[in-house]
Amino acid sequence: MSSGTLWTVVLVGSLGCYLLKFAGLSVPAAWVQHPLVTRVVDFVPAALLGALVAVQAAASGRDLVVDGRLVGLAVAALALALRAPFIVVLVLAGAAGALVHVLAG
Amino acid sequence: MPSPARTRTLRDAIGLGVAVGLYGIAFGAAAAGAGLSTWQAVAMSALMFTGASQFALVGVLGAGGGALAALGSALLLGTRNTVYGVRLAPLLTPRGWVRRAGTAQLVIDESTAMAVAAPDRELGRLAFWATGGTVYVFWNLMTLVGALGASGLGETAQAALDSVVPAAFLALLWPRLRRTAAEPEVSRRVAVGGAVVALVLTPFVPAGVQVVLAVVAVLLAGRPRRTAAA
Repeated sequence: MSSGTLWTVVLVGSLGCYLLKFAGLSVPAAWVQHPLVTRVVDFVPAALLGALVAVQAAASGRDLVVDGRLVGLAVAALALALRAPFIVVLVLAGAAGALVHVLAG
Repeated sequence: MPSPARTRTLRDAIGLGVAVGLYGIAFGAAAAGAGLSTWQAVAMSALMFTGASQFALVGVLGAGGGALAALGSALLLGTRNTVYGVRLAPLLTPRGWVRRAGTAQLVIDESTAMAVAAPDRELGRLAFWATGGTVYVFWNLMTLVGALGASGLGETAQAALDSVVPAAFLALLWPRLRRTAAEPEVSRRVAVGGAVVALVLTPFVPAGVQVVLAVVAVLLAGRPRRTAAA
Protein backbone atom coordinates (compact mmCIF):
# COMPACT_ATOMS: atom_id res chain seq x y z
CA MET A 1 0.00 0.00 0.00
CA SER A 2 1.50 3.35 -1.02
CA SER A 3 2.13 6.13 1.47
CA GLY A 4 -0.60 8.21 -0.21
CA THR A 5 -3.16 5.44 0.17
CA LEU A 6 -2.14 4.96 3.81
CA TRP A 7 -2.58 8.68 4.48
CA THR A 8 -6.02 8.52 2.88
CA VAL A 9 -7.01 5.59 5.10
CA VAL A 10 -5.65 7.34 8.20
CA LEU A 11 -7.41 10.64 7.47
CA VAL A 12 -10.72 9.22 6.25
CA GLY A 13 -10.83 6.82 9.20
CA SER A 14 -10.04 9.64 11.62
CA LEU A 15 -12.71 11.89 10.15
CA GLY A 16 -15.28 9.07 10.27
CA CYS A 17 -14.48 8.19 13.89
CA TYR A 18 -14.62 11.86 14.86
CA LEU A 19 -18.01 12.33 13.21
CA LEU A 20 -19.32 9.28 15.09
CA LYS A 21 -18.28 10.94 18.37
CA PHE A 22 -19.68 14.31 17.34
CA ALA A 23 -22.99 12.78 16.26
CA GLY A 24 -23.53 11.34 19.73
CA LEU A 25 -23.37 14.81 21.31
CA SER A 26 -25.54 16.33 18.59
CA VAL A 27 -28.39 14.03 17.60
CA PRO A 28 -31.62 13.78 19.58
CA ALA A 29 -31.18 10.96 22.10
CA ALA A 30 -34.31 9.21 20.81
CA TRP A 31 -32.59 8.45 17.48
CA VAL A 32 -29.94 6.35 19.15
CA GLN A 33 -31.83 5.04 22.13
CA HIS A 34 -34.02 2.58 20.28
CA PRO A 35 -33.54 -0.71 22.22
CA LEU A 36 -32.43 -2.65 19.14
CA VAL A 37 -29.91 0.03 18.13
CA THR A 38 -28.34 0.17 21.59
CA ARG A 39 -28.34 -3.63 21.68
CA VAL A 40 -26.37 -3.83 18.45
CA VAL A 41 -23.98 -1.02 19.40
CA ASP A 42 -23.39 -2.54 22.86
CA PHE A 43 -22.30 -5.86 21.42
CA VAL A 44 -20.57 -4.94 18.14
CA PRO A 45 -17.26 -4.39 19.98
CA ALA A 46 -17.39 -7.92 21.45
CA ALA A 47 -17.95 -9.46 17.99
CA LEU A 48 -15.19 -7.43 16.33
CA LEU A 49 -12.67 -7.74 19.16
CA GLY A 50 -13.28 -11.50 19.28
CA ALA A 51 -12.65 -11.67 15.55
CA LEU A 52 -9.53 -9.50 15.83
CA VAL A 53 -8.09 -11.62 18.66
CA ALA A 54 -8.59 -14.76 16.56
CA VAL A 55 -7.27 -13.33 13.29
CA GLN A 56 -4.24 -11.62 14.85
CA ALA A 57 -3.35 -14.76 16.81
CA ALA A 58 -3.94 -17.50 14.25
CA ALA A 59 -4.21 -16.14 10.70
CA SER A 60 -1.38 -15.43 8.29
CA GLY A 61 -2.80 -14.15 5.02
CA ARG A 62 -5.37 -16.78 4.05
CA ASP A 63 -3.78 -19.55 6.13
CA LEU A 64 -4.43 -20.51 9.72
CA VAL A 65 -1.16 -21.08 11.54
CA VAL A 66 -0.07 -22.06 15.04
CA ASP A 67 2.97 -20.15 16.28
CA GLY A 68 4.27 -18.09 19.18
CA ARG A 69 1.32 -15.71 18.93
CA LEU A 70 -1.07 -18.34 20.32
CA VAL A 71 1.32 -18.99 23.21
CA GLY A 72 1.49 -15.25 23.84
CA LEU A 73 -2.31 -15.08 23.77
CA ALA A 74 -2.60 -17.89 26.33
CA VAL A 75 -0.13 -16.11 28.59
CA ALA A 76 -2.10 -12.86 28.16
CA ALA A 77 -5.37 -14.60 29.09
CA LEU A 78 -3.77 -16.02 32.22
CA ALA A 79 -2.35 -12.62 33.18
CA LEU A 80 -5.73 -10.92 32.61
CA ALA A 81 -7.48 -13.56 34.72
CA LEU A 82 -4.99 -12.74 37.50
CA ARG A 83 -5.90 -9.04 37.06
CA ALA A 84 -2.50 -7.94 35.87
CA PRO A 85 -2.37 -4.34 34.56
CA PHE A 86 -2.59 -3.79 30.76
CA ILE A 87 1.05 -3.06 30.30
CA VAL A 88 2.15 -6.17 32.21
CA VAL A 89 -0.17 -8.31 30.08
CA LEU A 90 1.37 -6.93 26.90
CA VAL A 91 4.95 -7.36 28.11
CA LEU A 92 4.33 -10.96 29.17
CA ALA A 93 2.63 -11.81 25.87
CA GLY A 94 5.48 -10.26 23.92
CA ALA A 95 8.08 -12.10 26.00
CA ALA A 96 6.27 -15.41 25.44
CA GLY A 97 6.11 -14.82 21.68
CA ALA A 98 9.79 -13.91 21.53
CA LEU A 99 10.74 -16.97 23.60
CA VAL A 100 8.85 -19.31 21.25
CA HIS A 101 10.56 -17.62 18.28
CA VAL A 102 14.00 -18.18 19.82
CA LEU A 103 13.28 -21.79 20.83
CA ALA A 104 11.68 -22.70 17.48
CA GLY A 105 14.20 -20.77 15.39
CA MET B 1 -12.22 25.03 45.66
CA PRO B 2 -10.31 21.90 46.51
CA SER B 3 -12.42 19.31 48.28
CA PRO B 4 -11.57 15.68 49.09
CA ALA B 5 -14.06 14.48 46.46
CA ARG B 6 -12.50 16.68 43.76
CA THR B 7 -9.01 15.59 44.72
CA ARG B 8 -10.03 11.93 44.64
CA THR B 9 -11.72 12.33 41.24
CA LEU B 10 -8.66 14.08 39.81
CA ARG B 11 -6.29 11.47 41.21
CA ASP B 12 -8.34 8.57 39.81
CA ALA B 13 -8.76 10.29 36.45
CA ILE B 14 -5.08 11.06 36.05
CA GLY B 15 -4.01 7.62 37.26
CA LEU B 16 -6.28 5.94 34.74
CA GLY B 17 -5.18 8.35 32.03
CA VAL B 18 -1.50 7.58 32.56
CA ALA B 19 -2.08 3.80 32.69
CA VAL B 20 -4.15 3.78 29.50
CA GLY B 21 -1.79 6.21 27.84
CA LEU B 22 1.10 3.77 28.33
CA TYR B 23 -0.84 1.40 26.15
CA GLY B 24 -0.09 3.87 23.33
CA ILE B 25 3.39 2.32 23.14
CA ALA B 26 1.77 -0.90 21.91
CA PHE B 27 -0.28 1.04 19.38
CA GLY B 28 2.72 2.97 18.05
CA ALA B 29 4.69 -0.25 17.70
CA ALA B 30 1.78 -2.07 16.03
CA ALA B 31 1.29 0.82 13.59
CA ALA B 32 4.98 0.78 12.66
CA GLY B 33 4.84 -3.01 12.25
CA ALA B 34 1.85 -2.64 9.91
CA GLY B 35 3.84 -0.32 7.63
CA LEU B 36 2.62 3.08 8.81
CA SER B 37 5.17 5.87 9.10
CA THR B 38 5.81 7.47 12.47
CA TRP B 39 3.82 10.54 11.34
CA GLN B 40 0.89 8.40 10.26
CA ALA B 41 0.86 6.62 13.64
CA VAL B 42 1.00 9.95 15.49
CA ALA B 43 -1.70 11.45 13.24
CA MET B 44 -3.99 8.53 14.06
CA SER B 45 -3.57 9.00 17.81
CA ALA B 46 -4.09 12.75 17.57
CA LEU B 47 -7.02 12.72 15.12
CA MET B 48 -8.78 9.38 15.47
CA PHE B 49 -8.08 9.04 19.22
CA THR B 50 -10.11 5.94 19.97
CA GLY B 51 -7.91 2.98 20.83
CA ALA B 52 -9.92 0.00 19.65
CA SER B 53 -10.57 1.56 16.22
CA GLN B 54 -6.89 2.49 15.88
CA PHE B 55 -5.74 -1.02 16.76
CA ALA B 56 -8.32 -2.52 14.38
CA LEU B 57 -7.22 -0.31 11.50
CA VAL B 58 -3.54 -1.14 11.82
CA GLY B 59 -4.33 -4.78 12.65
CA VAL B 60 -6.22 -5.23 9.40
CA LEU B 61 -3.54 -3.40 7.39
CA GLY B 62 -0.82 -5.42 9.10
CA ALA B 63 -2.60 -8.64 8.13
CA GLY B 64 -2.44 -7.51 4.48
CA GLY B 65 -6.01 -6.23 4.38
CA GLY B 66 -7.30 -3.56 2.04
CA ALA B 67 -8.26 0.02 2.77
CA LEU B 68 -12.01 -0.61 2.88
CA ALA B 69 -11.76 -3.54 5.30
CA ALA B 70 -9.47 -1.48 7.55
CA LEU B 71 -11.84 1.51 7.49
CA GLY B 72 -14.89 -0.71 7.99
CA SER B 73 -13.57 -2.34 11.15
CA ALA B 74 -12.38 0.99 12.58
CA LEU B 75 -15.72 2.71 11.94
CA LEU B 76 -17.79 -0.19 13.27
CA LEU B 77 -15.80 -0.08 16.51
CA GLY B 78 -16.22 3.72 16.56
CA THR B 79 -20.03 3.49 16.71
CA ARG B 80 -19.96 2.93 20.46
CA ASN B 81 -18.59 6.45 20.93
CA THR B 82 -21.86 7.72 19.41
CA VAL B 83 -23.80 6.04 22.18
CA TYR B 84 -21.37 7.41 24.76
CA GLY B 85 -21.99 10.89 23.37
CA VAL B 86 -25.73 10.48 23.77
CA ARG B 87 -25.20 9.46 27.40
CA LEU B 88 -22.78 12.31 28.06
CA ALA B 89 -24.68 15.15 26.34
CA PRO B 90 -27.05 15.87 29.27
CA LEU B 91 -24.11 15.77 31.73
CA LEU B 92 -21.68 17.92 29.75
CA THR B 93 -24.21 20.14 27.93
CA PRO B 94 -21.57 21.51 25.53
CA ARG B 95 -23.00 24.79 24.24
CA GLY B 96 -22.14 26.04 20.78
CA TRP B 97 -20.44 24.28 17.90
CA VAL B 98 -16.88 25.03 18.95
CA ARG B 99 -17.23 23.64 22.48
CA ARG B 100 -19.16 20.66 21.21
CA ALA B 101 -16.50 19.98 18.58
CA GLY B 102 -13.76 20.03 21.21
CA THR B 103 -15.72 17.93 23.67
CA ALA B 104 -16.47 15.30 21.03
CA GLN B 105 -12.81 14.41 20.48
CA LEU B 106 -12.47 13.28 24.10
CA VAL B 107 -15.54 11.01 24.04
CA ILE B 108 -13.90 7.59 24.54
CA ASP B 109 -14.35 4.51 26.74
CA GLU B 110 -12.37 5.80 29.72
CA SER B 111 -13.63 9.39 29.87
CA THR B 112 -17.23 8.14 29.58
CA ALA B 113 -16.81 5.47 32.25
CA MET B 114 -15.26 7.94 34.70
CA ALA B 115 -17.82 10.68 34.00
CA VAL B 116 -20.82 8.37 34.33
CA ALA B 117 -19.47 6.80 37.54
CA ALA B 118 -18.95 10.16 39.28
CA PRO B 119 -21.34 10.87 42.17
CA ASP B 120 -22.63 14.21 40.87
CA ARG B 121 -22.71 16.42 37.80
CA GLU B 122 -19.83 18.70 38.67
CA LEU B 123 -17.53 15.80 39.52
CA GLY B 124 -18.74 14.04 36.39
CA ARG B 125 -17.59 16.94 34.23
CA LEU B 126 -14.29 17.12 36.07
CA ALA B 127 -13.79 13.37 35.60
CA PHE B 128 -14.58 13.63 31.88
CA TRP B 129 -12.11 16.43 31.17
CA ALA B 130 -9.36 15.16 33.48
CA THR B 131 -9.54 11.59 32.19
CA GLY B 132 -9.96 12.52 28.54
CA GLY B 133 -7.20 15.15 28.71
CA THR B 134 -4.71 12.89 30.49
CA VAL B 135 -5.36 9.96 28.16
CA TYR B 136 -5.01 12.29 25.16
CA VAL B 137 -1.61 13.64 26.23
CA PHE B 138 -0.11 10.29 27.27
CA TRP B 139 -1.67 8.28 24.44
CA ASN B 140 -0.08 10.61 21.86
CA LEU B 141 3.30 10.80 23.59
CA MET B 142 3.48 7.04 24.01
CA THR B 143 2.38 6.44 20.41
CA LEU B 144 5.43 8.42 19.33
CA VAL B 145 7.67 6.41 21.66
CA GLY B 146 6.25 3.10 20.37
CA ALA B 147 6.47 4.08 16.71
CA LEU B 148 10.06 5.29 17.02
CA GLY B 149 11.08 2.28 19.12
CA ALA B 150 9.59 -0.23 16.70
CA SER B 151 11.42 0.95 13.60
CA GLY B 152 14.56 -1.08 13.20
CA LEU B 153 13.46 -4.01 15.34
CA GLY B 154 15.23 -7.34 14.96
CA GLU B 155 13.47 -10.59 14.11
CA THR B 156 12.97 -11.67 17.72
CA ALA B 157 11.58 -8.27 18.69
CA GLN B 158 9.24 -8.49 15.69
CA ALA B 159 8.01 -11.89 16.97
CA ALA B 160 7.41 -10.28 20.36
CA LEU B 161 5.42 -7.48 18.72
CA ASP B 162 3.38 -10.01 16.71
CA SER B 163 2.33 -11.56 20.03
CA VAL B 164 1.57 -8.21 21.65
CA VAL B 165 -1.11 -7.28 19.09
CA PRO B 166 -3.55 -10.18 19.72
CA ALA B 167 -2.91 -9.76 23.46
CA ALA B 168 -3.83 -6.08 23.11
CA PHE B 169 -7.15 -6.97 21.51
CA LEU B 170 -7.81 -9.54 24.24
CA ALA B 171 -7.05 -6.89 26.88
CA LEU B 172 -9.56 -4.54 25.21
CA LEU B 173 -12.17 -7.31 25.12
CA TRP B 174 -11.58 -8.65 28.63
CA PRO B 175 -13.47 -6.03 30.70
CA ARG B 176 -16.62 -6.86 28.71
CA LEU B 177 -16.36 -10.52 29.68
CA ARG B 178 -15.81 -10.05 33.41
CA ARG B 179 -18.58 -11.01 35.79
CA THR B 180 -18.99 -7.36 36.80
CA ALA B 181 -19.76 -6.26 33.20
CA ALA B 182 -23.28 -5.86 31.82
CA GLU B 183 -24.49 -9.26 30.57
CA PRO B 184 -21.02 -10.85 30.40
CA GLU B 185 -22.41 -14.19 29.22
CA VAL B 186 -23.90 -12.49 26.17
CA SER B 187 -20.57 -10.76 25.44
CA ARG B 188 -18.75 -14.09 25.72
CA ARG B 189 -21.16 -15.73 23.27
CA VAL B 190 -20.85 -12.86 20.80
CA ALA B 191 -17.04 -12.69 21.11
CA VAL B 192 -16.59 -16.43 20.57
CA GLY B 193 -19.05 -16.22 17.68
CA GLY B 194 -17.06 -13.38 16.12
CA ALA B 195 -13.83 -15.34 16.50
CA VAL B 196 -15.33 -18.48 14.92
CA VAL B 197 -16.87 -16.58 11.99
CA ALA B 198 -13.56 -14.81 11.32
CA LEU B 199 -11.48 -18.00 11.43
CA VAL B 200 -13.91 -19.93 9.22
CA LEU B 201 -13.91 -17.14 6.62
CA THR B 202 -10.14 -16.55 6.69
CA PRO B 203 -9.25 -18.97 3.83
CA PHE B 204 -12.01 -17.63 1.58
CA VAL B 205 -12.00 -13.82 1.77
CA PRO B 206 -9.33 -11.12 1.35
CA ALA B 207 -7.42 -10.34 4.57
CA GLY B 208 -9.35 -8.11 6.92
CA VAL B 209 -12.74 -8.67 5.33
CA GLN B 210 -13.43 -11.56 7.72
CA VAL B 211 -13.13 -9.14 10.65
CA VAL B 212 -15.80 -6.85 9.23
CA LEU B 213 -18.05 -9.80 8.35
CA ALA B 214 -17.69 -11.18 11.89
CA VAL B 215 -19.97 -8.36 12.98
CA VAL B 216 -22.88 -10.72 12.13
CA ALA B 217 -22.05 -12.50 15.41
CA VAL B 218 -23.83 -9.61 17.11
CA LEU B 219 -27.03 -11.48 16.22
CA LEU B 220 -26.07 -13.95 18.96
CA ALA B 221 -26.82 -11.20 21.47
CA GLY B 222 -30.53 -11.74 20.80
CA ARG B 223 -33.23 -9.30 21.73
CA PRO B 224 -32.81 -6.87 24.64
CA ARG B 225 -33.80 -8.32 27.97
CA ARG B 226 -37.17 -7.00 29.07
CA THR B 227 -36.74 -4.65 31.98
CA ALA B 228 -40.39 -4.82 33.07
CA ALA B 229 -42.24 -8.07 33.70
CA ALA B 230 -44.05 -8.97 30.50
